[in-house]
Amino acid sequence: MLYAYFYLIYNNKSKKITRVMMKMKRLTFKKGIHPKEFKQITENLEIKEVPVPPKIIIPIRQHIGAPLNPVVKKGDRVKTGQIIADSEAFVSAPVHSSCTGIVKNIGDYPTPLSPSDTCIEIETEEKEEFDFDLNSNIDYKSLSKQEILKLIRRAGIVGMGGAAFPAAVKFTPPKDIHIDTVILNGCECEPYLTSDYRTMLEFPEKILEGLKIIMRAVEAERGIIGIEDNKPDAIEKMSQLVDNESNINVQAVKTKYPQGAEKMLISALTGRKIPPGALPFSIGVVVSNVGTAAAIYDAVVKNIPLYKRVLTITGEVLENPANLLVRVGTPFSFLFDYIGGFLDEVTKLILGGPMMGIAQFTPDVGITKATSGILVMGKRRVGKEFNCINCAECVNHCPIFLVPTKIVRFAKSEIWDKAEDYGAMNCIECGSCSYMCPSNIPLVHWIRVAKSKITEIKKSSGK
Amino acid sequence: MENKFNLILESSPHFKTKRSTPQIMYVVILLLLPMCIAGVYFFGWAALIRILLSLVTALLTEFIFLKLRKKDISPVFDGSAAVTGILLALTLPPTLPLSDVVIGSVVAISIGKQLFGGLGYNIFNPALVGRAFLQAAFPVDMTTWVKPFYFNLDSITSATPLGGFKIDGVSTALNKLTLGNTGGCIGETSAILIIIAGIILILLKMADWKIPVSIIITVSVFAGILHLLDPVKYQDPLFYLFSGGLMLGAFFMATDMVSSPITPFGSIIFGVGIGIVVMVIRVFGGLPEGMMYSILFMNCFVPLLNRYTKPKIFGEV
Repeated sequence: MLYAYFYLIYNNKSKKITRVMMKMKRLTFKKGIHPKEFKQITENLEIKEVPVPPKIIIPIRQHIGAPLNPVVKKGDRVKTGQIIADSEAFVSAPVHSSCTGIVKNIGDYPTPLSPSDTCIEIETEEKEEFDFDLNSNIDYKSLSKQEILKLIRRAGIVGMGGAAFPAAVKFTPPKDIHIDTVILNGCECEPYLTSDYRTMLEFPEKILEGLKIIMRAVEAERGIIGIEDNKPDAIEKMSQLVDNESNINVQAVKTKYPQGAEKMLISALTGRKIPPGALPFSIGVVVSNVGTAAAIYDAVVKNIPLYKRVLTITGEVLENPANLLVRVGTPFSFLFDYIGGFLDEVTKLILGGPMMGIAQFTPDVGITKATSGILVMGKRRVGKEFNCINCAECVNHCPIFLVPTKIVRFAKSEIWDKAEDYGAMNCIECGSCSYMCPSNIPLVHWIRVAKSKITEIKKSSGK
Repeated sequence: MENKFNLILESSPHFKTKRSTPQIMYVVILLLLPMCIAGVYFFGWAALIRILLSLVTALLTEFIFLKLRKKDISPVFDGSAAVTGILLALTLPPTLPLSDVVIGSVVAISIGKQLFGGLGYNIFNPALVGRAFLQAAFPVDMTTWVKPFYFNLDSITSATPLGGFKIDGVSTALNKLTLGNTGGCIGETSAILIIIAGIILILLKMADWKIPVSIIITVSVFAGILHLLDPVKYQDPLFYLFSGGLMLGAFFMATDMVSSPITPFGSIIFGVGIGIVVMVIRVFGGLPEGMMYSILFMNCFVPLLNRYTKPKIFGEV
């Protein structure tokens, strides 16, 4: 309570409540946490386009779903935007070359998601050629639902908020289900990251058009853009834009982590709750990241495949943190060279934000379509792990209403069926429990262990 | 550039609150200090000696047991043993023989905590285990009460407000009860100090508000009904709230994180249970005070409460 009070004082200093927001009711979900934001590091920096690096390493496994097969060979010359890996499977999205050049190698490299996975290395050429029509300007209203979905798939669009689920699949619900609401996620509740915020400020029209395309593709009646109230400029900007739209509105949500988690955002905006184990469309909703919506606009109207994305490169140890427009496959190390030096030793290199990001063991990995940020952390004190003292902080802050400490105790004792009884599989791995734990117990880590063990057991028992 | 990287691999999240378990323990100690000072004010050197003796014994016992168990001895300084030592002293009569204080403190840490596996694993509140042992082993010492004697050396035997009412039918003025100018344990006599410290503890989110609130409401309702039925035989609720160890128990003993429930609804049942049991003991039982036994009694139910009050998972119908 006291903490929340100080938090408000601290936050209001930097926050200007705009006219639009005064009229708006701010919605939210139950529980969750209030981590320090650190967004001021990069929030006022314009998106800068990064030049083409000398070599590009494109991981071919970038999405959730079926693995892709390379469709180019070593020595082939590829153009920017050319499909270089694809699959026949439904749950997949092709990967495109993000530059013009020669395929130097197809082999195993470290990727942000795995220590070793198939990547396509391309040596870039100075003169750029495009595999798509630069001047296309398609009126999506003349396209059918199927045509839009086809364009979205061909452009290799995946969820750009981090999960990387193929977008065309997401927009194809089972036949008997009607989607009535499309939600655009502009919360960006992860501390440090500002790429979605900058996208909303600099390309609001793209986002709005993208939303309309999605609404058309899934035949939804209304669209809601949910934005956390720590981004008043973005709320203002988007609100002005949707003023004339009768079925689209911008809704401020309270700044609280994990507000941007799909389940939390849907419940805040519509009051509907996704049952455990179900997907959003079971309650008639589709959620997309604002960045994804902008990419969908590019894909459908401009015919540009997803080969560039906006990301935030940030952290206290960076001399020049930035918001960058980067080609997929650009190695982290090239980005560091581009923006310039470090102020201190780097002890952690994180793909994504501090709450859910993945720590990297080398800077020589290429960014993926779902890389919303790179966080560089300097020296820090490593907290000692104490015994659990049943303080219930994890229980009090779990947005899914789990009892994390119990699951962890079962996981540590390898009692997997009990861990499952306590809902381990429903964990969204937001990290609120580990963040709050005074005993420094890596709760999420143990729950992940439990989840993979439970899945393994189910598989082997033939379920 | 290479040498700038010294990368650690770790599971997310990659940053967290600064709050730590020792920090919680030391804040609790800090908030127990006003009660210690009040105890010393009312009962002089006698109280000070007993608090320090209990504290040192608790730390030593923790150290010896960790050594015997061949464990890292750093938990001695995490503050949890110190909290147990101080809490135990605050619940002892100010004239209790020093040998009893040492025994109580040793039992609290050894049987109450270390035998279960140390910090976080004990079922019962360790300080109350120590006190229960003393109550059973030295019943006369544990029920010899004196009037507050400040720094005078001669003490006058007197009953506690609860004992006086139960045995002789003497009631105590409310202002005496709230300020603490009555007979009783070292740290439990000044209800007002305990409430202030307890509220700070709750505001700092280091104690669950649901537990003291549900205890206080339950006791008020229970006592209120009895008082309405027979105002002569039963005192008014305020008397029951401000006398004995109720406030200290409600704010500092029942809220002990380790031995209280972790689910929100479980905490409420836990508090209501304590309230009912303490009133049953006080009104219908053979003892004038029952806070200690009611907390220990409800401690037994914590695992059960945790299991049966598991919150409903998000979206579950």
